[in-house]
Amino acid sequence: MMKNIGKINNPYNDDKDFDGCSLFGMMNLEGKRFSARDPIRAIANMHERGNGLGGGFAAYGIYPEHQDDYAFHIMYLSKEAKEKTDKLLRENFEVLHDEEIPTRTANVRDPPLVWRYFVQPIKQRLEGQSEEDYVIAQVMRINTETGKAFVFSSGKNMGVFKGVGYPEDIADFFRLDEYEGYLWTCHGRFPTNTPGWWGGAHPFNILDWTVVHNGELSSYGINRRYLEMYGYKCTMRTDTEVLAYAVDLLMRRQRLPVEIVAKIFAAPLWSEIDAMEPKKQQLLKALRQTYGSLLMNGPFSIIIAHHGEMIGLTDRIKLRPLIAGTRDNFLYLSSEEAAIRLVSPTLDRVWYPRGGEPVVGKLGERPTIEVLAYREEKVK
Amino acid sequence: MLEEEKAIAEISAKLLPRLKVEKNVWKIDAEGLHYRELNSLLRAISRNGAERIEAHNVCGQRYVGTDLDAAIQIDIYGTPGNDLGAFMNGPTIVVHGNAQDGCGNTMNEGQIIVHGNAGDITGHSVRGGKIFVRGNVGYRVGIHMKEFQNKTPQLVIGGTAQDFLGEYMAGGVILILGLDLQEGEFCKARFVGTGMHGGVIYERGNILKPSKETNVMQVGKRDLRVIESLVKEFCKHFGADYNAIMNAKFHKIVPASKRPYGKLYS
Repeated sequence: MMKNIGKINNPYNDDKDFDGCSLFGMMNLEGKRFSARDPIRAIANMHERGNGLGGGFAAYGIYPEHQDDYAFHIMYLSKEAKEKTDKLLRENFEVLHDEEIPTRTANVRDPPLVWRYFVQPIKQRLEGQSEEDYVIAQVMRINTETGKAFVFSSGKNMGVFKGVGYPEDIADFFRLDEYEGYLWTCHGRFPTNTPGWWGGAHPFNILDWTVVHNGELSSYGINRRYLEMYGYKCTMRTDTEVLAYAVDLLMRRQRLPVEIVAKIFAAPLWSEIDAMEPKKQQLLKALRQTYGSLLMNGPFSIIIAHHGEMIGLTDRIKLRPLIAGTRDNFLYLSSEEAAIRLVSPTLDRVWYPRGGEPVVGKLGERPTIEVLAYREEKVK
Repeated sequence: MLEEEKAIAEISAKLLPRLKVEKNVWKIDAEGLHYRELNSLLRAISRNGAERIEAHNVCGQRYVGTDLDAAIQIDIYGTPGNDLGAFMNGPTIVVHGNAQDGCGNTMNEGQIIVHGNAGDITGHSVRGGKIFVRGNVGYRVGIHMKEFQNKTPQLVIGGTAQDFLGEYMAGGVILILGLDLQEGEFCKARFVGTGMHGGVIYERGNILKPSKETNVMQVGKRDLRVIESLVKEFCKHFGADYNAIMNAKFHKIVPASKRPYGKLYS
């Protein structure tokens, strides 16, 4: 089960596979829930971008009957791991309900046992920690203590579904047609230099934060060591994992706005900073000095999501594609325009976001469109 | 009709229901077709004397029109996928919508006319033929364009371009019109002409801020003749007002050196 499937797909171990993961995100800005049908069709339309070694979805608003409970999705690579994990969960949480995640036979490879739990932290055990930090600590324990159990989703009223296969097959396997959410992000994977295994598929998650990613982070080592200082342990053997934890650290724990986080991940070049007005220069220099270890080096386009918000971002010189569109109350983000047009042939607006500048969709607000996406006023 | 029958004989039975011939126009319903199937249809039809083809419901199929070398016109309705017209050698493709990334990749001869926008790396490594885009284009457009002997590729952008326009450009012509810009506005484009060592970018007005590796100059008579002829074609394709477009001052951006990185590695 843990064998490196990349060896089968790339028998000669070529240094360079031409990668092109696919990303798709779709959000109803009024919070109205919709079925997985359109997100699945859209990501399947970019089938060519993946190679069947990973597909996944994050869906928000899918568990209204358990909306205040943490929903853990856990994959088990051994029976023993489940026994150990069950024990750990019952010691540290009140388990309100647990079941095997419903699946059907589908064109996926070596599926592990997948289980979901709805839990509440046992209050006496928090010992001064916030509930969220407590949950993260327990997730890290499960991921590291057995080596055979991996929590791939740990937020409230949301869930990640992922594995080895094309995204449309993963959707079939997890019966996603039976779920409804107001925000879906989707990923088709073409792993280049990390193994294709179930835990390594996207989205990556912690609490209700998820990230899907196209590209590669050559800064993974530095990012990972920095995040370890804050208690995040990387166990999924894929670079993108650091993004999920970095987003949790910066946006949830340190409450930085996304506009600042974008400047940390995709910092402007020094030559650009030098040309800025002094105050802005000071801010960006401070960010680069403070958060140098969270600079995401290398080509990337990503979709970050958590409850109430969907964010698209690319590296500062846009080495991976991202396109955005709006129609009525929907915001779409995608690697290719055709995927958006498939589910919404008419769009109110479609645009190419600039490198390093986030596209933000917030619940209850019109999407923040870069007003100056293409034009720039003359400096007076 | 004989040629039609010959073409039809080459097409697999599975794809035949996708095809209709009306008044010498070959109509393809491309909905849900894989790009290999769509391209095999285009090859079979063009080999057998079709002059006009319409592909409807195109949605993301890659490499449409690749390696075709007949003088045909293909009208595309929908959103063609990446690398539209890659390695194409002669046909005219008209996109009634937006094109995605890599439009015209390494095209040798022919024309691509896009009524909407075109994505990143439009005209990537193009070595001949013409590309006209009515709207805006994305990043790295015209990257590594080249020219050789009598082949000079030409790329006309009606709207704006993003960063790295003409990156590593080695030859050919880019003309950018900025038609939707207001007086005094720039394209929001950094690093224009980075690594450029051949060819020319013409701008209408003063809408680009090219990199230090280039020089901005006044246009001469010979330049104006090229611009006029391209604008004429642009207006013919998109129904724009020739005089209004030409009523502006054009500049040309040329590389400052033929070997911008000559000293970097020596």
